[in-house]
Parts: sequence; structure tokens; C-alpha cells
Amino acid sequence: MATLGSAQLPAEASVGSRVSPAPITKLAPRHSGLVRVTHWITALCFFALLLSGIEILISHPRFYWGETGTVLTKPLFQLPIPASRRSVPTGYGYVLPDQNGWSRALHFEAAWIAVLTGLLYVISGLLTRHFRKDLVPSKADLSWRALLTSFAKPLRLERPSAAEASSYNGLQRLTYLIVIFVLFPLVIWSGLAMSLAFASAFPWSVTLLGGRQSARTIHFFVSLALVLFLFVHVAMVCLAGFWSRAGAMITGRVGPRKERT
Amino acid sequence: MINLSRRKLIVTGLAATAGASGLAVAARLTQKYGLVPPDHGGIYGVGESLTYASQRLLTRHSLAREFPRSRISPRPFPNALDPLTEEFKRLQAGGFAGWRLSIDGMVHQPGSFSIADLKSCPSRSHITELACEEGWSYIAEWIGVPLSYVLQRVGVHPQGRYVVYVSMEPDTWDSIDMADALHPQTFLCYGMNGTELPVAHGGPLRMRLPRQVGYKNIKFITRLTVTDSLKGIGKGVGSAASEAGYAWYAGI
Repeated sequence: MATLGSAQLPAEASVGSRVSPAPITKLAPRHSGLVRVTHWITALCFFALLLSGIEILISHPRFYWGETGTVLTKPLFQLPIPASRRSVPTGYGYVLPDQNGWSRALHFEAAWIAVLTGLLYVISGLLTRHFRKDLVPSKADLSWRALLTSFAKPLRLERPSAAEASSYNGLQRLTYLIVIFVLFPLVIWSGLAMSLAFASAFPWSVTLLGGRQSARTIHFFVSLALVLFLFVHVAMVCLAGFWSRAGAMITGRVGPRKERT
Repeated sequence: MINLSRRKLIVTGLAATAGASGLAVAARLTQKYGLVPPDHGGIYGVGESLTYASQRLLTRHSLAREFPRSRISPRPFPNALDPLTEEFKRLQAGGFAGWRLSIDGMVHQPGSFSIADLKSCPSRSHITELACEEGWSYIAEWIGVPLSYVLQRVGVHPQGRYVVYVSMEPDTWDSIDMADALHPQTFLCYGMNGTELPVAHGGPLRMRLPRQVGYKNIKFITRLTVTDSLKGIGKGVGSAASEAGYAWYAGI
């Protein structure tokens, strides 16, 4: 294994940028400081939202479509899990403890931090042309062949080449754009639509989603999509070299990765 | 090595200063305009305060969504009740003729109302959704007297900022700010879907505020207290629910 000193330029970065090695102080980081900080704040909030969201969910693991729904109504579907309320028929002989007090508080506090962080990220991303430069795919990126290759390679557990350490392929770009501009806004919207007071000021926020219970069901599925993204995201980071890529999101620089033995 | 240019240093410094002074100004303003909830302490206080303040600014006068009669849920689900007290059963046997709602605190004319007294006040109704924090919800017609009407009748002192409401159920009480207390859809509710309010839904008298989730809509109301501060009441966090870890403000 080749170990590189911190003052040396990582071999991969020089290949990726295809320029003669420059002094490290001139090299732009793989991820800007703002991207790194907002990434980890968002990651922390996401875990808090997921944990508290699951806690709130188990008090009523039934889903409906439309405006209303109670245990007296036929659900769209019910998750086969125990509930934290006696009133929900689950088929389990026991009731989980009620944790909704702190769960709701944590959910909304984490949501506030995530939304404010997300706003900072999106505004700065627009100002610094981060989206245009790093995330909007080129025409060539979007060819079926290119997308298919990007999709198939990790399925064959093929590690990305060193050149791919410095930028994203078309599939990655599309995925990140969908997460940032579709899934996150949708999960925030459907969440806010469930706020009675918010809905009183902005009734269209609920009616456009098809009603309060539809908003709740959408909130659940978009959250699932985000969890799916998280799994694939972490799997891809592991495939590319966990410490190298995670390190890049912490220090800004793509570090050396262990070669397979 | 950390690479810091002078410009970066200045910009960061300015941003930090602006942020810190912004927070200080915000804290002052929120205190002044009553945008701080009583349960603002603790690790979740920031989130509670942000939610309460922003929703107060956005929704002070907005009306909860109302629905046509055709959308009333055929089977409204009542949450399970704790066993009713002997006193409740006695009043129930008498058709709740002996039920009293007392009003005290910062009012010009403290006193008490029977259900018949409340029914002789102008009656209002709205068809709104009752949504539980657990996730379920139904639509019903709610009939009652606007709390604002009763408060006007007894005359609230200008320094009154909160209305505390107490249930006949043990350890069950809550409070709302004046924005909610004077809101036209906030009812002392005695009827539902064209009939008397069933006991299962809080009859003979329930607080009904359609812009907050179910647990603020307390059943079996017997007492109202107008106050300028919630500090001296219970543990000072505004409600039995927030003493148990549930947010005092439940507009979300």
C-alpha cells in the first residue's frame, strides 16, 4: 500500500484533473467547506428525523388516502408492526410505550435545522454555481449508454476509476438533483401540510396533495425514498473506498484508498 | 494546513457578528411580541419556539379549513376515556343540569355558567377536522359558543395573555394564548353533528380549537382562568401535556 504524506498530492486527484501536479495549497477541495458542513448537519438531522418519525409512525401504523382516516375506516394499507396505542388493532398482544412527546419535539427541531441548513446550501449552491458546475449533467452524461454503464458498474461491484474521484457521473448527478430538488422539497411540503395551523394559512398545501391523510401517506413514501437513497449512497461510498470518500466530505480532499488484496 | 485568505477571514467574521446580533435582536423581539412559548426551556425549546413564533406570525388570524356537510365522517372515532369519576357520573345522571363552568382570574366579572347558560349565548358551528398527533383524523360539525364571546361577557383585563382551561378529569388542564382564545373558531363546544356532544367526545363541554391537534381540545371543561403568566401554574410550562413532554403549542 502506498502511503502518501499530507503534503503530497494524492495520485488520484492528479489523474482526475489531468494537469501537472500543483502545490496542494492551490488545489480546489473536492467538496467546498459549505458543502461539507451542510452535508453533515443534514445527515445528523436526517437520522434524528428518521428515528423520531418511526417513533411517531408506530402510534398509528395505518395509512389512508384522502382527507380523513381513523381505526374505524378501512386503511389503504397497514404496516405489520406493533403499535404504541391500544386503540390500533395490530394483531400483536402487546402495546409499545408512548414516546410521541419527545419524538414530535425532536422531529420538528431537527426539521427546522434541516430546512435552514438546506436553504443555506441551495442559496449558496445557486450563487457559487455549484449546481451548474457539479450536478447538472451534460448531454453526453444523459445518453442511455452512459447512464446504463454507471448503473451496471456498481452492480458488478466494479470500483470507480481514479478519474471518477473528482466528479460525478450522469446517474449520480441526476440522483443528487432529484434528492435535492424533488424529494427534500416534497417531504418538507407534505410534512408542513400536516400542520393544522400551517394548513389554515395555506389551505392549498393540503388540497393539492389530495387531503391530510394523503399528505401523511406521501410523507411516508418520500421518506422511504430518502432512506433508499441513503442506503445506496452509503453503499456507493463503501464501494469507492469508504475512508477516501468520507474523508473527502470531512477534510475536502480525496485521500488515498486501500487497494484490494 | 488551513488555507485562510484575509478576505475569507473578514467575510466569516462579519457573518458571525451579523448572525450573533441577529439572534440577540430576535430574542428581544420575540419576548416583546409574545412569540415565546411557556415550554421554551430544555433541548427542544429552540424548535418549539421557532414553530410557535413562525406560526403566530403566519397564522394569527387564518381560519382552519372548513368542509361541506357532505364530508362529515360517518363514524367519528373517540379516543378511550379514563374511568369517569363519581362526581361526573352523578352530574351525568342529572342530565348535566348541575354542570358548571367557572371563570376566574383577570376578568372583571368572575362567575360561572351552566350548560343552559352557554346554550343561551349565540350559538355557532363549524365543520372542521379533528386531527390527533398520532396521525388519524375525522371531520365533524362542532357546535358551541365562541370562547371570545364568553370572554367578552366577563370582561378580560388588558394584561390577560393566556386562558387556562381545566377538565373534570384529574390532572388534565391546558392553556392557550389570546390569539387562539379570541380566534372565531375556538369554541366552548357542547354539540356535535347536530346533537348533544356525546360523553365519548367530551360532553357536556369540550374545548374545540381546530388549528391545534387533538390533545389541546380537552374534554369535560369545568374551569377557565385568565392570567398574564403561566409561570405559577403547575410546573410553569403551560399545560399538563407539556409537563408530560408534549409540546404546549400544537399547531403542528
